[in-house]
Amino acid sequence: MINQLLHRLIKHIDSFLMACLLFTMLVGLFVLYSASGHSIDRVLAQAINIAVALSAMWLASNVSPQHIERAALPLYILGVLLLIFVALFGTTSHGATRWLNLGITKIQPSEIMRLAMPMMIAWYFSKREASLRIVDFVIAAMLLVVPVGLIMKQPDLGTALLISASGFYVLFLAGLNWKFLLGGIVSVGAMMPVFWSMLHDYQRKRIEILIDPTQDPLGAGYHTIQATIALGSGGIAGKGWLHGTQAQLDFLPERTTDFIFAVFGEEFGMLGNILLLVLFSLIIIRGLIIAADAKDTFTRLLAGSITLTFFTYTFVNMGMVSGILPVVGVPLPFISYGGTSMVTLLLGFGILMSIHTHKKLVSS
Amino acid sequence: MAYESTSKMQNIVKVPVWRRRLLLIAVLLSFAALLVRSVYLQSLHKSFLQKEGNARYSRTLSLQAYRGKILDRNGELLAISSPVETIWANPTDVVIDQVQTKAMASLLNMRTADIDKKLANPQREFVYIKRRLPPDLAAKVMSLSIPGVYSEREYKRYYPAADVTAHLVGFTGVDDNGQEGFELAQNTWLSGKSGSRRVLKDRQGHIIEDLEAVKVPQDGHDLMLSIDRRIQYLAYRELAKAVETNKAIAGAAIVLDAKTGEVLAMVNLPTYNPNNPVNVKGKTRNRAITDTFEPGSTMKPISVSAALESGNFTPESKIQTSPGTLSIGPATIHDSHPQGLISVGQVIQKSSNVGAAKMALTLQPEFLWGYFNQIGFGSPTHIGFPGEGSGRLRNYKTWRPIEQATMSFGHGISVTLLQLARAYTVFANDGELRPVSLLKLNEAPIGHRVYSAQVANEMKDMLETVVQPGGTALKAQIAGYRVAGKTGTAHKLGAHGYEEDKYVASFVGMAPASDPRLIMAVMIDEPSNGEYYGGSVAAPVFSKVMADALRMLGIPQDAPNNNVVIPTDETNAEPEVKETT
Repeated sequence: MINQLLHRLIKHIDSFLMACLLFTMLVGLFVLYSASGHSIDRVLAQAINIAVALSAMWLASNVSPQHIERAALPLYILGVLLLIFVALFGTTSHGATRWLNLGITKIQPSEIMRLAMPMMIAWYFSKREASLRIVDFVIAAMLLVVPVGLIMKQPDLGTALLISASGFYVLFLAGLNWKFLLGGIVSVGAMMPVFWSMLHDYQRKRIEILIDPTQDPLGAGYHTIQATIALGSGGIAGKGWLHGTQAQLDFLPERTTDFIFAVFGEEFGMLGNILLLVLFSLIIIRGLIIAADAKDTFTRLLAGSITLTFFTYTFVNMGMVSGILPVVGVPLPFISYGGTSMVTLLLGFGILMSIHTHKKLVSS
Repeated sequence: MAYESTSKMQNIVKVPVWRRRLLLIAVLLSFAALLVRSVYLQSLHKSFLQKEGNARYSRTLSLQAYRGKILDRNGELLAISSPVETIWANPTDVVIDQVQTKAMASLLNMRTADIDKKLANPQREFVYIKRRLPPDLAAKVMSLSIPGVYSEREYKRYYPAADVTAHLVGFTGVDDNGQEGFELAQNTWLSGKSGSRRVLKDRQGHIIEDLEAVKVPQDGHDLMLSIDRRIQYLAYRELAKAVETNKAIAGAAIVLDAKTGEVLAMVNLPTYNPNNPVNVKGKTRNRAITDTFEPGSTMKPISVSAALESGNFTPESKIQTSPGTLSIGPATIHDSHPQGLISVGQVIQKSSNVGAAKMALTLQPEFLWGYFNQIGFGSPTHIGFPGEGSGRLRNYKTWRPIEQATMSFGHGISVTLLQLARAYTVFANDGELRPVSLLKLNEAPIGHRVYSAQVANEMKDMLETVVQPGGTALKAQIAGYRVAGKTGTAHKLGAHGYEEDKYVASFVGMAPASDPRLIMAVMIDEPSNGEYYGGSVAAPVFSKVMADALRMLGIPQDAPNNNVVIPTDETNAEPEVKETT
């Protein structure tokens, strides 16, 4: 009886993936304790975030891919509508209009797009797969550009980047013509000056500072300089848990959220970084295997996009903290403090698990 | 990604193998880039980054040593450090509103605009808001609890004797380093060694933990001067009075312990308040030590004693000073009143230029120069005070007869007041010169002989006649004590030779003459209220200061009967004025 219940509980859970995720999140809790200045409250709050996110993941893993596919279009339309609402009536905070005030709570519609976007484009291709033509890629590109444009306008460069990446991965996996790809890259390159002129000053500054962080060591370059100093201070073996000076002494900005990797790197050193990279690699490889094993177009494209988007998260965050990418507001998956991104991420992995386990159930 | 598209899976969009491989390679390359970056930062570049990191959180705080006190010979305070608070800010951390700015401005008596300006520079991590505040005022500012505003303990020097000892003690700058006087000369001794501790600080500057044991600061040493604060006050009061009454531009006075050479008082005018040294330019010079002047007739005892040493003269030898002039080449030396045939003693008493010159001209230049040199002219006293002057004593080989003649009555030679006062120790110590000291001595120093005891005492006797009827300095008399001394009145040397109506009046004397204990030298620069003779301008200062000082020190009287002759205009005539050549 209990066994049955247990079996029912975990039958859609991918044990390898789950093990990797849980271990990463555990590491995350320890790092958070150190980064928050030994705040048990902060760790407990994050634990609750994790619990909520795991429940969401469990729910998603139990929803069949068919249902997910059916939800793609409505979810996408809802997301776009909410984004338009944000643009019209959104709440502004710190110069960015990202939230919709529903009276009871505030929601951030761009978060919905993180999953709705790959679902929508994957759905579109799965519908059109029998007769794929160039015009389909154009339409898919339009599906991508509209919400991304709205999010960039908020402005939220990090989210826009990740969402367009998730859509792009679907296009790429769906077989976007190589010439189009090249053409796209060239035209994006050609658009750069226009794009540059559209950027906000602070965004431009971030890119300039990536090239030379020392040009404004106390201002915008401060993040990057402090983060690289923290990482370098860690050395090979790290200073040890709770012994990182830069984070403990408040020199490192945003050390519980976007820059938590610097805390990790200072306390656990190069060896810790390698461990973290291995963990993330295992998760990504498992995701790609699930994508490769998927039984139909929609699930393959979706699984591939979710996995690659996860990769993008990790790469962009770690790249920005270690100073090889510009500073964009992207948290480090499972390590950074924050409930929303945790839920979005684990929902994605829930979908991956659903894709994998339901395929098995069908085939067996 | 080992997935093969098969014919059974026609409904699936084909993902070409190269495309999947490209993706995998891109993922792996990206992570490899992160890995390379990590290796670069954490093993190749780490020592630089670790140093940078340390620079951000470990600070060495200096612990200020307590600066030593400056005391007079009896332990009375002349300089002491008292705690003050300095308010500073780290503009990066400051969070302040208009109300707080106003409150701070009114407490600190500053303008709000100035405070805003100080806090406006975000590039700086340290600005002084206001330094050296009384601790209770600083506490009020700190109780506004403005983040990023801090207070730091410092020490401020306080000089109880203020203007009176300003030139000796000097003052310290805002960083507690000596700027003038003994504060400067003995800075190392007084300041001690500041200690330090290394601490871990967070970004707000809060000290998190001590890294290294505290290096205890070594407090500075106290410095005990030879000055007697009471005599210093006396000398200051009387000198100030004389400078004011005679409308002089400056003045200086020195009181020496005749036996030990210790300086018991040294005062200068103009002076300043070392507790608030602003607009002090030109007032900080310790003229008695740094400035040289042509002494005039106070030089005569030295040159006449040399003549006595030569054996050519005795105190009773007669000198013909008639007709009150002496021509040497194209130049003529004058006495103000012709004295006729007078004794060597009267040359001193009446201060006859012609007499002194005639005696000096019988000497070999080298012989006379030897006495000037032995008595310390032309070289510094090495008293250990910054900026000491050495005066001008030209080499005897270049002396012309007229120069040798004028030097005998103190022209063509320049000295500091301290050199002059020291020279007179020979007449108080049977011919031995005592070194001078501004620091309290435990035993009398060894001097060196300049004149024989006989000549020195003969001269001292002659000097007593100077303050007696017929002499030039009746106003130097002291009730109850015998006094020996000499007046001087010299034309000042200007840009184009001697100035017709600018004088330096001086008096150097000692008491009690039977066994001198105190020597005092007084110099008044440019007295311009009618009187300008040393006997009428400088001698009264001597008399008043010495009278009180002798009583204060309990020195037994050697002339208990009323010995003072009230000077009249007739007895006050003074025949000493420098000649132009």
